Amino acid sequence: MVQKPPTILTENEPLRKAPIVSIGIIDWLRKNLFSTWYNTIFTILGIYILYLAIPPFFQWAILDAVWSGEDRTVCEWYDENKVKYRAGACWLLIKVYFNFFTYGFYPDELQWRVNLSFIILAVATALMFIPNIKKKHYIGMFLFLIYPFIAFFLLSGNDTLGLDHVSTHKWGGLFLTFLLGSIGIVFALPLGIILALGRRSKLPVVRILSVIFIEFWRGIPLITVLFFAAVMFPLFVPQGVEIDNLLRCIVGLTVFGGAYMAEVVRGGLQALPKGQYESAQAVGLGYWRMMGLVIMPQALRIVIPGIVNTFIGLFKDTTLVFIISLMDLLLTIFTSNTNPDWMGFPFEGYIFAASVYFIICFSLSRYSLRVENKLMVSKQH
Amino acid sequence: MNVRADIIKPPKQDIFKSGKFRSYLVQAIVLILFFGFVIWVIDNASTNMKANGIAHGFDFLWENSMFDIGYLPFIEHTPVHTYFHAFLVGLLNTILVAVIGIFFATILGFLVGIGRLSNNWLVSRFCGFYVELFRNIPLLLQLFFWYHAVLRILPRAKNSLQAGDSFFLNIKGLFLPKPIPEAGFNSVLMIFLLSIIAIIFLWRWAKKRQAKTGEQFPIFYSSLVIIILPIIFVSYLYNFPMYLEQPVLKGFNFKGGIRLIPELVALLLALCIYTGSFIAENVRSGILAINKGQIEAANAVGLKRIQILRLVVIPQAMRVIIPPLTSQYLNLTKNSSLAVAIAYPDLVHVFAGTALMQTGQAVEILAMTMAVYLSLSITISLLMNWYNKAIALQDR
Repeated sequence: MVQKPPTILTENEPLRKAPIVSIGIIDWLRKNLFSTWYNTIFTILGIYILYLAIPPFFQWAILDAVWSGEDRTVCEWYDENKVKYRAGACWLLIKVYFNFFTYGFYPDELQWRVNLSFIILAVATALMFIPNIKKKHYIGMFLFLIYPFIAFFLLSGNDTLGLDHVSTHKWGGLFLTFLLGSIGIVFALPLGIILALGRRSKLPVVRILSVIFIEFWRGIPLITVLFFAAVMFPLFVPQGVEIDNLLRCIVGLTVFGGAYMAEVVRGGLQALPKGQYESAQAVGLGYWRMMGLVIMPQALRIVIPGIVNTFIGLFKDTTLVFIISLMDLLLTIFTSNTNPDWMGFPFEGYIFAASVYFIICFSLSRYSLRVENKLMVSKQH
Repeated sequence: MNVRADIIKPPKQDIFKSGKFRSYLVQAIVLILFFGFVIWVIDNASTNMKANGIAHGFDFLWENSMFDIGYLPFIEHTPVHTYFHAFLVGLLNTILVAVIGIFFATILGFLVGIGRLSNNWLVSRFCGFYVELFRNIPLLLQLFFWYHAVLRILPRAKNSLQAGDSFFLNIKGLFLPKPIPEAGFNSVLMIFLLSIIAIIFLWRWAKKRQAKTGEQFPIFYSSLVIIILPIIFVSYLYNFPMYLEQPVLKGFNFKGGIRLIPELVALLLALCIYTGSFIAENVRSGILAINKGQIEAANAVGLKRIQILRLVVIPQAMRVIIPPLTSQYLNLTKNSSLAVAIAYPDLVHVFAGTALMQTGQAVEILAMTMAVYLSLSITISLLMNWYNKAIALQDR
């Protein structure tokens, strides 16, 4: 091994400069904000945009905002010369309409029924996510098979149970949005599983029909599906049968969502190694037991992120029910803006609705990301 | 011996338990159920339509539509035009939104997707914020926000926001200068087309030469020269045969130029910003999907930075990006049907809305509308399959 001769500093040789700081905040700034000349330009531009956007927004939304009061005169008023003055954001609007945004036209004294049905749902769902509880499939079966009926009786009323009838056109607001969104899971997922199995079937008739069904609904926009549900369904049923507007919409959302779910589930089925099918057949399982006990549990677990993402998409798409004039959250907000007493404050309502949707969709997408990462890690080991 | 022979004898075939029979039986049942359902639906529909006095057939297409369409960038539609004409106008308006929307959403998506991978902390956070915010808010809500909130607080025509003397934004819409061709414009167009053909030949020749001799030809700069110089020369000969008609304020509104109505502006804003956030994610994951070793290897064989980008990174990233990108394009086109919510006269609004209300022929009209979107989807997915096959990695 050749030893490198030690460097000897002579007196004429200039001393080297100390290295640039490579720790602490200065270095972080240098590396992440000012590393090159164009990065410096971007940074300065970005700070300028933030300066333009954030302080006025903060001023409008928090400092100058109106949080309480009686009517619009606290948000917007005229002085003796008829000059208009305006405070910042009028959050009072949200406060006034909060009940309407949450329940639509659902009668005030019966709203406990909505609350109760959601509490049952929330408790059951929460139990599903607690790791140490055994026999989760019972909870799952309750949620998918029994709960929809409980919720239906609670929400729409039933004479024998002594609950007053509430017609579906009074349902609305966030509650209706949640209801329509949960359809995406409760009805669309099972339909999607059946369609995916149909598409992978060895029977040509079943396969072709499934492919046509899936591709048809995936090929057209949801708006035309809902149009279809609104104007064609009444034509398709025997005369004298009235189909509820909400039911039409639910059928439309289910077939639309089911087609998308089917493609996600098919991805999971294709991702499973062939050996799983073969060994299930080798131990003598028939088609349904092979699918139910071996294939589906694994395939569904792989595609949880895909299912959640499709669900997010469906949840956002429930806003389109305005086309058959169902009063979902967005339409209640739109309605509040057309009320002459509160006209002229469009930003507040839309920002409120946007935050509601954002919180729900963003947390769901984070959840799906976490599951995805977990799956990737377990695959590597 | 007798016993053994008995065992070896094949078991009697039970026709009802054989797999083949069962599969035929299941398929027959499915077919019967399916056609039974279809016939039941058709029967119901025809009785209902008879009872309600709804006409059927496509004859209505040639009747005069009794309505106006307010906004027509291409062709006029008045009550004397037929329903089929209204269908075409709606289709054109849908295509207009889709084409402009796809163009800008792609630019936005690529910029943001690359920006998210920037080593500038502020830029990557900015892009991340944009993507997460707009991806998680329903498109319709964004559309309402732009149309009913933002565009409503724009000033009147007199106090328009303006950029130079050509671009004006006010409550009546966005006004742009309109290029108007003059005599001699056709020759410029011809020269442009000829230059493009010449460039294609040049590319082929350069590729062949590189394959034969290994020498590279400065293809980019020579193409630039071929395309720009002749056009400038011919334009100069004809004294620049293009004239920009500027929008001018006359009374309460602007005259001349191109007017984009607020509905179109809001729709484009919402579609581009929403779809752009999805495209950005596709671009980002496409770039991240490239194996680090690829770039290291390219460095090792001594490629320059720009060559690495052009020859190694982009071709591989595009392979990952393009399939989801096309499905985003498809989504944008399908989502453009939300136009009906703000009364932009697209296909759904004009045809499945107004025309349907007037004629009541729901079955025919919805079938035509769905057929348009379906044929579009099927065409694009066929093209996609072909493309995927063409660029798939060739296993040795």
